[in-house]
Amino acid sequence: MEVGKVDSIKFEIMSPYMIKKMAAVKIEKPELYDPDGYPIDGGLMDLRLGVIDPGLRCKTCGGKMGTCPGHFGYLELTKPVIHPLFAKKIYQILKVTCPVCGRVMTSDENIAKKKPMLNKLYKSAPKTCPHCGAKATEIKFQKPTIFYEDGKDLNPEQIRERLEKIPDSDLPVLGISTRPEYMILTVLPIPPVTVRPSIVLETGERSEDDLTHKLIDIVRINDRLKKNIELGAPDFIIDDIWQLLQYHVSTYFDNEISNLPPARHRSGRALRTLAQRLTKKEGRFRGNLTGKRVNFSARTVISPDTMISVNEVGIPEVIAKTLTVPDHVTEKNIDEMRKIVLNGPDVLNGANYVVRPDGMRKRVMDLNKEEIAKEITPGYIVERHLKDGDIVLFNRQPSLHRMSIMAHKAKIMPYRTFRLNLCETIPYNADFDGDEMNLHVPQTEEARIEAEKLMLVENNIRSPRYGLPVIAFKHDHISGCYFLTREGAKFSKEEVAYLLNLIGKKSPGHEMVGKELFSLILPDDLNMEFVSSYCVGCDTCLKDKCPYDSYVVIKNGKLLHGIIDEAALGERKGKLLNKIDMKYGHARARQFMDELSKLALGVLSLRGFTISISDFDISDDGEKKIKDTKKKFEREAEKLVENYNNGRMEKLSGMTQEKTLEMYMQQIASKVSDQTGKVIKNSVNDKSSAVIMAKTGARGSYVNLSQTAAIVGQESLEGERINRGYTGRTTSHFKRGDLGLKARGFVEGNYRHGLNAIEFFFDAINSRENLMDKSLQTRHSGYMERRLVSALQDLRVEYDGTVRDNRGVIIQFMPGSDSLDPSKINHGEIDLNLVRENIEGENDD
Amino acid sequence: MIEINGVEIPDALMERFDKYCKDKGINEGERDRLLKEYAKFIQRSRYEPGEAVGVIAAQSISEPATQMTMRSYTMASTVGRLSKVTLGLPRLIEVFDARKTFERKMRIYPKKEYNNRESALEIASEIVEKKVSDIIEKSAIDLLDLRIELHLKDKYDSEQIKTLLEKKIKRIEVETHGHTIYVIPEKNGIKDLREIKLKILDINVGGIKGIEEAGVFQDENDNWVIETYGSNLKKIVEYDKIDHTRVYTNDIYEVEKVFGIEAARNVIAMEAKNTLDKQGLDVDVRHILMAADTMTADGKIKSVGRYGVSGSKGSVLARANFEETIKHLTRAAFRGEIDPLESIVENVMIGNVSPVGTGVVELGVDIEKIRKQKKK
Repeated sequence: MEVGKVDSIKFEIMSPYMIKKMAAVKIEKPELYDPDGYPIDGGLMDLRLGVIDPGLRCKTCGGKMGTCPGHFGYLELTKPVIHPLFAKKIYQILKVTCPVCGRVMTSDENIAKKKPMLNKLYKSAPKTCPHCGAKATEIKFQKPTIFYEDGKDLNPEQIRERLEKIPDSDLPVLGISTRPEYMILTVLPIPPVTVRPSIVLETGERSEDDLTHKLIDIVRINDRLKKNIELGAPDFIIDDIWQLLQYHVSTYFDNEISNLPPARHRSGRALRTLAQRLTKKEGRFRGNLTGKRVNFSARTVISPDTMISVNEVGIPEVIAKTLTVPDHVTEKNIDEMRKIVLNGPDVLNGANYVVRPDGMRKRVMDLNKEEIAKEITPGYIVERHLKDGDIVLFNRQPSLHRMSIMAHKAKIMPYRTFRLNLCETIPYNADFDGDEMNLHVPQTEEARIEAEKLMLVENNIRSPRYGLPVIAFKHDHISGCYFLTREGAKFSKEEVAYLLNLIGKKSPGHEMVGKELFSLILPDDLNMEFVSSYCVGCDTCLKDKCPYDSYVVIKNGKLLHGIIDEAALGERKGKLLNKIDMKYGHARARQFMDELSKLALGVLSLRGFTISISDFDISDDGEKKIKDTKKKFEREAEKLVENYNNGRMEKLSGMTQEKTLEMYMQQIASKVSDQTGKVIKNSVNDKSSAVIMAKTGARGSYVNLSQTAAIVGQESLEGERINRGYTGRTTSHFKRGDLGLKARGFVEGNYRHGLNAIEFFFDAINSRENLMDKSLQTRHSGYMERRLVSALQDLRVEYDGTVRDNRGVIIQFMPGSDSLDPSKINHGEIDLNLVRENIEGENDD
Repeated sequence: MIEINGVEIPDALMERFDKYCKDKGINEGERDRLLKEYAKFIQRSRYEPGEAVGVIAAQSISEPATQMTMRSYTMASTVGRLSKVTLGLPRLIEVFDARKTFERKMRIYPKKEYNNRESALEIASEIVEKKVSDIIEKSAIDLLDLRIELHLKDKYDSEQIKTLLEKKIKRIEVETHGHTIYVIPEKNGIKDLREIKLKILDINVGGIKGIEEAGVFQDENDNWVIETYGSNLKKIVEYDKIDHTRVYTNDIYEVEKVFGIEAARNVIAMEAKNTLDKQGLDVDVRHILMAADTMTADGKIKSVGRYGVSGSKGSVLARANFEETIKHLTRAAFRGEIDPLESIVENVMIGNVSPVGTGVVELGVDIEKIRKQKKK
């Protein structure tokens, strides 16, 4: 069936004629089924409303379940009822129209302008009609649907009459596009059963949808109202029933109207009626229309693979045999396709389905695979298993940025987890403590090409956020590079053979220095100099004579000096990675990463790498210095508190005395940490793993080191020293009013020797705050993201180079004021050194 | 704008280029070749048509926001500096919300001749708003005589205050007895007395309205700076002892009123960038400018959210999808709105290709023509 493209959608209030016209059934009976369980004609489950049971055919269109879209019915309301969602608009219109002549109470010029001005008119509250001179009545509106005129009830029938009087010429001023009386319902459309399918329970009982329940109520009350009128019941009874009908119709549209008790299910649960179906996260809009469910996807636990390329993803065989790619059979590939079909559905590199040129799908089974293999000719489509090199999309939630979903090349592997290269853990923000990720297989050639060109991992190395690599090295990669490139790293003949074998290079057959080994994977004409993370920050830099080997010099692709660590390879730093990507292209950068990752981890596994408590041992001298600093500042703090207690402390401008003391105390606390930190730097064992990791930037920092080895420092709560608990003190171990360091959460101990009970408690307070912060702020930042995206999503760069929104309004004449894409340049700027290098290269030619 | 080999080079990029050449001492000949290569780089680094710059900007801002700390107040440790500032995620949300109530702050540089501690302190104390409540020892309501008593601090002149009170509040009688002022209002119910007392205490008697506190400190370049709580840009700019080329306030609306929408856009961008920077989060300014420009594109400040940019979109479906679904749908039905399905979400809903990125390209193939060509 040829399906037209939707060009635009118009929203309108439906007229009663339209409702009747599009209806297939007139609903008259509140019962659903007869005693035999067969749907009653004219009931709410009338067979003409569509089919929801498999096997049955629709009485209106003859379609089966799935092909019949369902058909509307209608219910003739005995007495009109106000549409609850338009009640406020009705009120406004009543207020500005003349009760006698029905004209809008404003000048003829205004009406002639045809400009919507309902709100303005309503606010001006006209008193007399300029057209017939009648006085306006006092209309009152009580939520949700009750109206009074001069203190007397105004029922929907009267309102409808009033609205009918408004001439068409006056409508544009009110801003309404249809007849206003359509806002008073005389006919209620009954949605098709496909909208409100009933479920058959295990017991064979039918359980109806919430909407059906509500509709039953409406039909029943409508019926009762009719009967009562026919019987000539007294007005107050009729009014009562009428009001009840209004209630049911109101809750049918929206069950969360303020001032109206929600209609409930027998169990006491509030019914989910029309408005509830559309709104909220799981509603029709956000849940189904914008958030769609897909086929050809898989999800499982992820685990690391050190040997896989950055561009690849390891896919378990089971998944590869379930997900398929449609391949067109042509004259060129028919033999290959036959082979694939012959493999059947259960052998890897087989096929699950075959689509005939006429669109018929055939399942490939072991029974019929030979037959199908013979049958296929050019024009057939074979839905074959995923194979190595297929483009797939890989995604981890929360998808916070562009790099949360990237294209990978499939690599089919045994076992049941997705395998990924460790460099990708950064953009995906993944770890392997049980994380799961999703995989999607694009089904058309167009999609595959787009994915490969735009989304492939190597094309996303540079983050658009800051213009530096996000796909980079981390943790053990960096420790490994340190052991590979540090001064004095030598590898025996066997080791060299092992390492070079990892990256598929031939061993020269002799022992090698680490830096030589590293140089093998650098581009030949690479030249650069930079300072590594290992740098201790001397006053004057000796550059390539650095005694700590922290000044990196690469000349013509040879690493001459320096340790390669986080500064060269890490996320958002990665000078080396950055340059290779910029100068030699994404593919070369990917190759470099693949090779270095194998080398680094190879080196680390040759050597072994671990940490222990003894890594944090400090020299006796250091131990003594730390003790001294602690004492010194403690004394200083005591003095301050004493001064404060004697009222001798000078307060700072804009602060109270207490605040001043707090500030000084915090300063002291941070000074203690700073100074012990410095001591630690000098007195810790340089060769211990923990220190190496801190220095190279692989993991941890000097703060970690000094907290473990020397002093934990000030614990804080809400940005202040801990000051709550008992009256005037934090715990009962201190005197009331003690403002000293220890009494307010200063932890003197360290993790290595352990904290005492009070310190431990303070530490726990701090940890708890951090934990709560983290879990509470995610929803705030999530909501901010949603709002930002919703506000900015329509912006795009046009062919004329401007940034415009969907209205065509120019937001920027040049995106980002210079039209440069941050993901194509070096940290927000074009690297002029690189530009210069390029023309120097030309000279040599 | 300069054009090299058909590539337009924006002024800012040219400036950077010239500075680089000067710094590195590059001669004319090399400069020309360098410029040509530079143009090539610029061309290569351009955004491509259709690029969804908005979404990238939004993600680039909010992805780091997930790493922000919630703690809203931090004590800065510099001596003498005001320390209570909203920071981190809450501040970022404030900026994009374009809130009207938040911690207003100003940063004021004194003129060159006042660039010392004493003058700065003097200016600071001059601009801080003084209210009646700041210059009295105590105040009371005399229920016997039905009047309000104000006991002035010693250094203030009660006659002056008397004339001020008479000017500001109507229908009262004011008597002075030394440093005590009696206010006898015409309406003298107890409730009225209380109301009038509160009104009196709130009267401005000096300084600049809205400036609650002011502190003085030295910046990185050893210039003296006054930082204030509360803000009143218009009055501060008119104040003559300060350098009005360097006044800064974080109040977007005030900046818009005094300097216009472009300035407000800069303040939005600066505030957002500063909050991110303070947390050590690196976000390219281009993204933040994108958000700021969207917020100010219509000539007035629109917040990011349902009452601002998102709420005033052209498409019914896009609005309904974001928030307040029912409100937008009923309104659209009432007005008879037509959704032309021109932007992203609507097309996602319908199942069409969205017009961004590769989706902007529309190619039609005339199959008949191709067939004819083949036959030939």
